[in-house]
Amino acid sequence: MDFNDTPEENSFRLEVREWLKNNANQDKKSAGYVLDEEDGALSRAREWQAKKAEAGYAAITWPEEYGGLGGTSIQSVIYSQEEAKYNVPTGFFDIGLGMCIPTMMAWATKEQNERFVEPALYGKEIWCQLFSEPSAGSDVAGVRTKAEKDGDDWIINGQKVWTSGAHYCDFGIIVVRTDPNVPKHKGLSFFFLDMKSPGIEIKPIRQISGGSNFNEVFFTDVRVSDSQRLGEVGEGWKVALTTLMNERLAIGVPKSADYPSLTQLAKDVILNNKPAIKNDLVRSKIADWYVQSEGLKYTKMRSLTSLSKGETPGPESSIGKVVSAPKMQDLASFAMDLQGAAGILNDPDIALMHSIFQNQWMSAAGYRIAGGTDEILRNIVAERVLGLPQDIRVDKTAPFNELASSR
Amino acid sequence: MNFDFSEDQKLLKEQVARYLSDNCPIEVVRGVLESDDYYSSSVWKGLVDLGLTGTTIPEEYGGLGLGPLELCVIAEELGRASAPVPFSSSVYLATEALKLFGTDLQKETWLPKLASGEIIGTFALPESAIEPNANNIQCSYSSNTISGVKMPIPDGNYADICITVVKNTTKGGDDISMVIVPLDNSNVTKKSLSTLDQTRNHTEITFNNAEADLMDNSDDGWSDVQQILDIAAVLMAFEQIGGAEASLNMAKEYALDRFAFGRQIGSYQAIKHKLADMYIKIELAKSNSYFGAMMLNDNGSDLKIAAAASRVAATDAFNYAAQENIQTHGGIGFTWEANTQFYYRRSQVLGLALGSIASWKDKLVTQLEEKNIN
Repeated sequence: MDFNDTPEENSFRLEVREWLKNNANQDKKSAGYVLDEEDGALSRAREWQAKKAEAGYAAITWPEEYGGLGGTSIQSVIYSQEEAKYNVPTGFFDIGLGMCIPTMMAWATKEQNERFVEPALYGKEIWCQLFSEPSAGSDVAGVRTKAEKDGDDWIINGQKVWTSGAHYCDFGIIVVRTDPNVPKHKGLSFFFLDMKSPGIEIKPIRQISGGSNFNEVFFTDVRVSDSQRLGEVGEGWKVALTTLMNERLAIGVPKSADYPSLTQLAKDVILNNKPAIKNDLVRSKIADWYVQSEGLKYTKMRSLTSLSKGETPGPESSIGKVVSAPKMQDLASFAMDLQGAAGILNDPDIALMHSIFQNQWMSAAGYRIAGGTDEILRNIVAERVLGLPQDIRVDKTAPFNELASSR
Repeated sequence: MNFDFSEDQKLLKEQVARYLSDNCPIEVVRGVLESDDYYSSSVWKGLVDLGLTGTTIPEEYGGLGLGPLELCVIAEELGRASAPVPFSSSVYLATEALKLFGTDLQKETWLPKLASGEIIGTFALPESAIEPNANNIQCSYSSNTISGVKMPIPDGNYADICITVVKNTTKGGDDISMVIVPLDNSNVTKKSLSTLDQTRNHTEITFNNAEADLMDNSDDGWSDVQQILDIAAVLMAFEQIGGAEASLNMAKEYALDRFAFGRQIGSYQAIKHKLADMYIKIELAKSNSYFGAMMLNDNGSDLKIAAAASRVAATDAFNYAAQENIQTHGGIGFTWEANTQFYYRRSQVLGLALGSIASWKDKLVTQLEEKNIN
């Protein structure tokens, strides 16, 4: 039992290290979590992406015909581990290369892939995913945005929501309803489209944290060619599953304040006339979060071991976000409690530890929802891992337009 | 990256699992509960015949000369079967203590007998409901004899030797030492105790100037005791994981079979989420315990914190899985006839055997402070 590379993994790591040393500049301005093109992060990210693509590291597991390295998943992990040591701008291309382009590669024509894969890989064109709607969140097959046939084209009307990066994206993939008279999953079709098409309007969503990382996207008589349809008419759900499979691999929570920060805080603040770290309740909580945090770290090591052997990771890899997102929130809430009445302060110049806990508490409420709510993730564990039956469904056989709905 | 057990270790695990499913079905556990037997001697004999009691004992002492990783996979299967045998007392505790702190003569005398199953060993630390510490051990040693009371001691009623933690008054001080006490002695009195889990005997042992053989522990005997507890914590965590998985599996089977309000109860989210939570706790326990196993195998510097983390996570997982297994079953799960009780009982025996979780959490955070993680 060890965490060591195999000889092959080690030589790949050394090769990657050497390349990064020669090519990655120590960019001090990190793109970070807020993807804001205003400060030039986007153009720097495009530059870095092109360099990576040229060297084959932008899509290590893709076949060589698409500009990949034809490498293994563990090589991809090794590259990410090494790249993370540098402050390079990333993040803008994750959805496109992680979800949209793999869907294109599975469903688009050879000519379309020749046209779109390379520019995406080199960071010249950015893609977004248009699935969620105001009345289709966890129940994403309940989308209402409709597409109607008009000659060789389709006309799209409706609204999408929670679209990351829509305002700087060039292309998008979209699920729409093409037949409301059949059951929910059977009336969907799937398209890709130009985000600059006439009739598309993009508005940022303001989150409770005050930030704006997502958009609403409105479609008014947007015209899309039938040649941009992926999969058969009415089989859009099948195509969407390709994308969603990839989403489960892509979504996690960002590095957040964890037990080390809480331990630090507990050493600094006083509770009942002694340092909070001496309080048994505080120690008990720190131990609980240590066990969760380290448990996830070593669960990842177990998954990587499978990858290293060329196997598919076991179902244990599905527990990540359902543990880490609530932990983010609970730990932040507890850390604020240790600050007493001043726990409400969120001015980084005044609040303890530059208000990391207050900020984290705000954003954690979103992470418990994004990419699968706590509840949906538990359903997934129960159904796909443990083999328990689906809930009895009222929406499987009735025509979509006869289902009860929120409005 | 190779954070997994080897193929040979997995093979051993399967072999043990097969032996236990053939020879230690839950009826055997029930048999011990409902009779006056202290343990299942036939299951124990089978484990001895497989050589498992000598797993980590060096070949020169008649053992298999394997490492702690092999012991981890065996432990997981013993936990899954809720096996009513003195394996944890004799192997995780007594044998490991002898290997670490026995004199050459003591090892030569006892290890071959422990390996061959000729004798059963146990380990005695607690004396009452007050948690033992370096300053409150009353059981005392001087001039090759000990006096005092130890309880509750697992398998104490039929074990042949007991590694006993004592206050050593030889030099007029009160250092903590460990001594080996043969229990077949007229100066030793045993009284079986009524406990929550009668499939694992626990006994009060009274020593009255009983013959005792001083072990070769360091001047800081209390820290040596902690080292033994750390080793046992990792091994017991695997036993807890096995028991937790068995509980989850039992709950899952019932949730699929049982219909209420016209449908399988496993289709209700209230049940699904409960079972998903069991699974999540078990995976967290496994991952922490894998690291504990790795530290045990490497004798790594993080063994203390890894042992505490394994203990905290595995106890949480087994306690939750065992109690929610009964809840999933509803009324039938609370009947004497149901098999849910065996895991419910065992979860507390394993969870409390090495001291309270509150103190393991405290140990964990003390390690964190010492590592100065920030």
